[in-house]
Amino acid sequence: MSKLRILVPVKRVIDFAIKPRINKAGTGVEKKGVKFSINPFCDIALEESLRIREANKGLVEQIHAVSIGPTKAQDVLRTALAKGADSTTLIDVGEEEIEPLSVAKMLQKIVEKEKSNLIILGKQAIDDDANQTGQMLAGLLNWPQATNASKVEIEGDQVTVTREVDGGADTLSAKLPMIITTDLRLNEPRYASLPNVMKAKKKPLEKLKASDLQIELTNRLEILKVEEPPQRDAGVKVESVDELIAKLKELKAI
Amino acid sequence: MIRSLLRSTASRSFVCNYSSKAVPLTAETYSSKVSRNPSFKKLDETDIKHFQTILNDGNGLITDADDLLFYNEDWMRKYRGQSQLVLKPKSTEQVSSIIKYCNEQKLAVVPQGGNTGLVGGSNPVFDEIIISLSGLNKIRAFDEVSGILKCDAGLILENADNFLAEKGYIFPLDLGAKGSCHVGGNVATNAGGLRLLRYGSLHGSVLGLEAVLPDGTIYNSMESLRKDNTGYDLKQLFIGSEGTIGIITGVSILCPSRPQAFSVALLGVSSYEAVQKVFVGARKELSEILSAFEFMDRNSQVLAGQHLKLDHPIESDQYPFYILIETSGSNKEHDDEKLETFLANSMEEGLVDDGIIAQDETQLKSLWSWRESIPESSTMNGGVYKYDVSLPLKDLYGLVEAVNVKLQEAGIVGFDDPTKPVVEAIGYGHVGDGNLHLNVCVREYSKEIEKVLEPFVYEWIQSKNGSISAEHGLGFQKKNYIGYTKNDVEIKLMKELKKHYDPNGIMNPYKYI
Ligand SMILES: Cc1cc2nc3c(=O)[nH]c(=O)nc-3n(C[C@H](O)[C@H](O)[C@H](O)COP(=O)(O)OP(=O)(O)OC[C@H]3O[C@@H](n4cnc5c(N)ncnc54)[C@H](O)[C@@H]3O)c2cc1C
Repeated sequence: MSKLRILVPVKRVIDFAIKPRINKAGTGVEKKGVKFSINPFCDIALEESLRIREANKGLVEQIHAVSIGPTKAQDVLRTALAKGADSTTLIDVGEEEIEPLSVAKMLQKIVEKEKSNLIILGKQAIDDDANQTGQMLAGLLNWPQATNASKVEIEGDQVTVTREVDGGADTLSAKLPMIITTDLRLNEPRYASLPNVMKAKKKPLEKLKASDLQIELTNRLEILKVEEPPQRDAGVKVESVDELIAKLKELKAI
Repeated sequence: MIRSLLRSTASRSFVCNYSSKAVPLTAETYSSKVSRNPSFKKLDETDIKHFQTILNDGNGLITDADDLLFYNEDWMRKYRGQSQLVLKPKSTEQVSSIIKYCNEQKLAVVPQGGNTGLVGGSNPVFDEIIISLSGLNKIRAFDEVSGILKCDAGLILENADNFLAEKGYIFPLDLGAKGSCHVGGNVATNAGGLRLLRYGSLHGSVLGLEAVLPDGTIYNSMESLRKDNTGYDLKQLFIGSEGTIGIITGVSILCPSRPQAFSVALLGVSSYEAVQKVFVGARKELSEILSAFEFMDRNSQVLAGQHLKLDHPIESDQYPFYILIETSGSNKEHDDEKLETFLANSMEEGLVDDGIIAQDETQLKSLWSWRESIPESSTMNGGVYKYDVSLPLKDLYGLVEAVNVKLQEAGIVGFDDPTKPVVEAIGYGHVGDGNLHLNVCVREYSKEIEKVLEPFVYEWIQSKNGSISAEHGLGFQKKNYIGYTKNDVEIKLMKELKKHYDPNGIMNPYKYI
């Protein structure tokens, strides 16, 4: 039975509790003075890898977190370390948005470098909602993949994953190495404990550039326009059923 | 899209657990202490007609018995009045006309804000008319340079703060009831809350007020400046006056700029000694970024867990005391560095046994919920006797211990024993301000429990030179106990003041002083 070397890619995104705003130029989302955190689905992926380690004594050899983003993405790696990841890599690509294919290519290099045999990653990042990286990485590596996992079980080299599909569940299994992308209900991420936060300060944080991995960053898509969702008209309050009916008639709703 | 979906699953709604049992009438529970003042007129049809002409809209008057209940009962379900009428004015002029008429007719009134007060101050004792400020809820003006907010008294605190957040400012007060309480109610009770440590009391941040006196006079100091030394500072009289000398209709308040970065840590410690030491350390090492320092005892967390239906986020063990520390500043990295260093040191020194640090906004809010949900959790088993006291820091928790001993001696307490009327006395609060919330959680309200608690609690506080009300005020609950904290001269001056502004005594009678 092979030991697990888990790779968890984590993305730094605008905190999900914060409402993003379009920047003045209308070209993207305003990032100044906004709180960033770990992408919730990545957090779930990390949590799952920690739980696999806790549930299977001695099975997990390494949990390695990797983030591709600006220098500040270090913060989400620190969070990953404080929650229990063993080591991390930052691929510093500056402020530029990187498309999923480039991300997957860089991750492929890290997989080779870290000799990972299980990759757990979020099904999507809540900033671009692309939902592609896991799938592309599976294609590049030619590994089996289970997307939108809501339950993960490991028995020897055999991994069983339950997936949320429309109106039900779908259970499939595959042999390692494999790729799992996480859905919302897989688990509830933990807090970073103080002892772990202290330990995290001493854990390794490797820094690389895309060029160190011989990857050229090219984007194929061009963003033309970013728009706010249409404003909803303010509601009206009515005081009685009669008034409600009158209003509805007035609006020709009934 | 996925973002908003996520958000809706995460937002936890705090469910109010109303037990179905009817709240007993205050007039009956306390019949030996208080009787209706016969000089007050009883409401009749002509009065109602008159109010109708003042308010001039069908929704301004509430007379339906079911609808009245919400206004007659208090948040703790401990007090219930018998008012037959709620008035909801929409302008200061309407308030003035109402009050003037009531004063002439000797109709007693209770001003009511969000009805979250915890001393029975916002509900009638007998048939007083309730004047609800909820219809006066507009933001009047905001100056983006000075940070001065001018608003109606009935504006809900959370709405005020959300508005300010958009502008990069923060309301200098925050408390668990923010979704219901009014800015005017906060001023009327001089609420302290969770951020007093950082932003000071309302006596400092309120710049001006608009208030209606019992004779209908509108006092207005809304245009006041930050610095203004011309004559008596009249607005101070209304801050903490609990609706006894006038109705506040407008508030002008200085708001600080909103910190860019918040961090929150929850710690487990093994003694009250340690709580004090961590506090001293936090003040020294976190200094300008420390914005809240709250402590909670073990049972407050057990109850909060039952109420939230969650496991405690500190999983390693149960600790006798928990501490919530919030820092806020302009630079997250700098703040986190400071906080983590401080916590690491405290842990190495053995002061802190375990702890967790929030990593995102959601975790930050959940950690706060373990503090903010305690008031609701404490009523979960039926009810709560609340004492909100100021004590010298070293004696703060001693009161909770003394009360638990007293309850044990009386044989009426059992955390897991449903045959006992008392669940447990729990303690938590704003250590930073020397303010303890002693909550005696009960399965039912009873004379027997009250006799064990009072005047014992008040005497204990007096013996330590504390205050019997740090924040919540006097209201109905503490009217007779002011003497434990204030001397005869102080009380005499207050009574004279009350008489001067409200010679007929119609404003919130049977309470305060
Ligand atoms: C969950 C919870 C947590 C709380 N936490 C804190 C805390 O941390 N710190 C703290 O200090 N308090 C706290 N409180 C109590 C606090 O006093 C109130 O929440 C708040 O300040 C009262 O505002 P309100 O609008 O609900 O006033 P109400 O309860 O409606 O009224 C309170 C008193 O003020 C008078 N009043 C109200 N509005 C006016 C007005 N416009 N003009 C004149 N008089 C008026 C009423 O007659 C009454 O005497 C808490 C309460 C709850 C339920």
